[in-house]
Amino acid sequence: MQKEYKTLKSIAGPLILVEGVEGIKYEELVEVITPEGEKRMGKVLEANKDTALVQMFESPQGLKTEETKAKFLGKPLEIGVSEDMLGRVFSGSGKPIDGGPDIIPEKKLNINGAPINPYSRDFPNDFIQTGISSIDCLTTLVRGQKLPIFSGAGLPHSRVAAQIARQAKVRGGTGDFAVVFAAMGVTFEESEYFINEFKKTGAINRSVIFANTAADPVVERIATPRIALTTAEYLAFEKGMHVLVILTDLTNYCEALREVSAARKEVPGRRGYPGYLYTDLATLYERAGRIKGKKGSITQIPILTMPEDDITHPIPDLTGYITEGQIVLSRDLQREGIYPPINVLPSLSRLKDKGIGEGKTREDHAGVMNQLFAAYAQGKEVKELAVILGEAALGEDDLKFLKFAEEFEKEFVSQDEYKDRDIIDDTLDIAWKLLAILPRHELKRIKEEYIKQYLPKQEK
Amino acid sequence: MEKGNIVKVSGPLVVANGMRNAKMYEVVKVSDEKLMGEIIELNEDEASIQVYEDTVGIGPGDPVYLTGETMSVDLGPGLLTSIYDGIQRPLHLIEKEAGAFITRGIEVPGLDRTKKWDFKPTKAKGEEVEEGDILGEVQETTLIAHRIMVPSTIKKGTVEEIKSGQFTIEEVVVVIKDSEGKTHEIKMLQRWSIRKPRPFKNKKIPNVPLVTGMRVIDTFFPIAKGGAGCIPGPFGAGKTVTQQSLAKFCNAEIIVYIGCGERGNEMTDVLMEFPELKDPNTGEPLMKRTILIANTSNMPVAAREASIYTGITIAEYYRDMGYHVALMADSTSRWAEALREMSGRLEEMPGEEGYPAYLGSKTAEFYERAGYITCLGSDEREGSVTAIGAVSPPGGDLSEPVTQNTLRVTKVFWGLDAKLAYKRHFPAINWLSSYSLYVDNLANFWQKEVAEDYMELRTNSMNLLQQESKLEEIVRLVGMDALSSKEKLILQTSKSIREDFLFQNAFDYVDAFTPQKKQYWILKCIMTMYQEASKIIEKEGFEFSELVKLPIMQKIVKAKDISHEELEKYEELEKDIIEAIQNFGSKLQAA
Repeated sequence: MQKEYKTLKSIAGPLILVEGVEGIKYEELVEVITPEGEKRMGKVLEANKDTALVQMFESPQGLKTEETKAKFLGKPLEIGVSEDMLGRVFSGSGKPIDGGPDIIPEKKLNINGAPINPYSRDFPNDFIQTGISSIDCLTTLVRGQKLPIFSGAGLPHSRVAAQIARQAKVRGGTGDFAVVFAAMGVTFEESEYFINEFKKTGAINRSVIFANTAADPVVERIATPRIALTTAEYLAFEKGMHVLVILTDLTNYCEALREVSAARKEVPGRRGYPGYLYTDLATLYERAGRIKGKKGSITQIPILTMPEDDITHPIPDLTGYITEGQIVLSRDLQREGIYPPINVLPSLSRLKDKGIGEGKTREDHAGVMNQLFAAYAQGKEVKELAVILGEAALGEDDLKFLKFAEEFEKEFVSQDEYKDRDIIDDTLDIAWKLLAILPRHELKRIKEEYIKQYLPKQEK
Repeated sequence: MEKGNIVKVSGPLVVANGMRNAKMYEVVKVSDEKLMGEIIELNEDEASIQVYEDTVGIGPGDPVYLTGETMSVDLGPGLLTSIYDGIQRPLHLIEKEAGAFITRGIEVPGLDRTKKWDFKPTKAKGEEVEEGDILGEVQETTLIAHRIMVPSTIKKGTVEEIKSGQFTIEEVVVVIKDSEGKTHEIKMLQRWSIRKPRPFKNKKIPNVPLVTGMRVIDTFFPIAKGGAGCIPGPFGAGKTVTQQSLAKFCNAEIIVYIGCGERGNEMTDVLMEFPELKDPNTGEPLMKRTILIANTSNMPVAAREASIYTGITIAEYYRDMGYHVALMADSTSRWAEALREMSGRLEEMPGEEGYPAYLGSKTAEFYERAGYITCLGSDEREGSVTAIGAVSPPGGDLSEPVTQNTLRVTKVFWGLDAKLAYKRHFPAINWLSSYSLYVDNLANFWQKEVAEDYMELRTNSMNLLQQESKLEEIVRLVGMDALSSKEKLILQTSKSIREDFLFQNAFDYVDAFTPQKKQYWILKCIMTMYQEASKIIEKEGFEFSELVKLPIMQKIVKAKDISHEELEKYEELEKDIIEAIQNFGSKLQAA
């Protein structure tokens, strides 16, 4: 039953209070009709006996407390999904904006989804080759993982994400793949960059794009990632596709949440963000994964820009507590002209151990990875020391570590935006060449047999 | 069933009126979908209810049914090897009912009511019994005999009838006539309210270590059986890996592992790995002694709040049978956040950072349920619950309220350090900031069971690490060359302690578990090197770089590869070290 009311009491930012209502359900969808007859969507945030607090997904501009009608639709926000969505571009609330026809939905799904039963999950363990050495070798991405990119304003996170989307593949693997891309509050240019990248490579035919740009309503951003993930779940678990979901930029999403929370006068947590930010983000990130007995998977790459490059800011902080690792971009490397500027030390993939080694990549992968980390960390320390004491004060071994750290950044981390490196033929090969710089007795983290087999012989 | 009506819905909080007969913490069923909820505030005839499931589509006017029962769990055979959500619904049954996604209003029992268990009586008809006495046993898994006890509602009585054979948990197995002449029928199943600690005879000071096989924990910062410890650390520092390592290798008899508001894939990992891994103490699959509670971060927030109480109640139940139980809660910060969210929706006056003012007392109450106790019953058996909570401080900042409140009540602090994690030094437990207040209690045990000089060894090596941190600052300012040979030796030794003793690979099955005697010997070898080298360091012509090149130094690096079954090899190694360094010294003199 649909009920229509004209009893708006107040409008405060994205929130509308409707009085004298009856039989309202929590999270129910609301259609707000302006005096001009324009329809805007919202949802019930709090249902009281005779009042309802409605959160708008669209701008409240032009709404009046009089003459505006609120129509309660009796169902939560749903999106109609179909395989025809591939190759299409939608607004942040799921309306086609590419000039094409409306989608004839095969099914309507609640955008909030439902939590995956941990018992039904299948552990992610298929290695995804992104063609980027520092990711493949050190912060390995696996199918069904959620691995965010922690970036900063002005860093090339979009290029990195686009490169991953372009090159990602499973070695020797088959199966349908698809990309679901959701832009939240990014500039028109950034959003167009992705769309054009997808068009260039033809990936657009396998992509579903949801674009909420900076000009679109702030509160719409709260629904955008949910709509995207609902679509992804449909493609992955009902149509058996391997879906890569790219969400950018989560910082804008969190700010939209803060705006709604502030309008509700809730007690704020850290830096004014609502106390439930962790739970809220978890309901997005945890929608990645694999399910036993189903063919498809959802791999998530959320992108967020850290305010002031501060990794302890609530948004990257809470994200890091939920996701399975992180890829951290560094401004220093960017300044040195290194692309992709991935700072490998704070970067991490929690699922790497399941995706590498014999049969997946190569048996020496784990050892090489640990050795690179340890040696690079030591090289960086030597570098700091060299700044204070001068290189002349360094010992023989220290100089080797210093050289290693420099070469590592230049040869291993740095690579061309269009270079697709194979994990075995390129990445591990470069790694061993670099390890040859180090004193032989310092290779403590790799098994002796692998050193014998793979370490390039010294030319005398 | 009595019922009231909803007047407000705001996320997991529902307010209903017509609830005059409701009790605090009573369980209610919300709406005709029968969503489970619990009353957390009463105001005249209005009750505030936290709902354990998603409240989408619920609205004012919907009914609320009272059940008359407080939030309780099923206790009885069948708990082990189970995986539950926060309110003790078995996840495999939820999957059967709803598929791979958890939907609402699923009602499944915590324990299988139809399965028959082989009940073996240990008391006979006519025997006198008192509360807590063991009436019989059921072999629950190959590892654990589940003991059926006289419930604490019966103080004293006589066994009127006792059966033997195959029964379900709801069938009567014993009849007891109490001292007042009332008869009680006893089944294997009991229900217990999760917010009420289970009774015991008396608590004791913990003085037996919980051996974990992790070198930095057992030797440097040990925890006692019945103790409480916390692991705070920023993300990526290895909280979960440490917790899982503890769950795998510690010598408790029962493990309760609570995934409280954490990642789904982590629970899946435990679920897939534990049936495969063997317990180093018994050789049986780890799952046979484990109970998992998984309320992942995207599952309803109110059930997250309940999950740690569900866990500790089950832990106490096995403790009462006379077992040593270890409980891991990962992470208590998520539990505190659930409290904060409910408190915010109740519009309570917030304390620090929006957390409710009662955060401290709730935290203390939880950790106080740990302890080493004498159980109820005439046989004076002992049991313990060790509680280990992970804390996830925002930004790694330990001054935040959850960490601070936890530190006030736990006696072991394993501080995880992001810097160590970046260097891939695991476990990333900072040896300078961590502490254990059980060291003195456990000293006796070590001296008796491991080695007379264990404590001394520990103190000396920690002392060296302390000096290292000071020396490092000097090196940073003036360089290595400015140090004396003695100071270089301290740096060399502490590097060896760090890399060859403290560093431990949790993913290498052999390295992940080191028995205590072996821990002692590895450290002993390193320290012997130090002592012997100290003796000759003053001699003329001593070159530090020559000492480091001695082949024996490489042997110390490999010391941990010696199997724990060949401890005598360590004695040989120690002799070799003394000999090698003394030879080196006498050559100096000759020159």
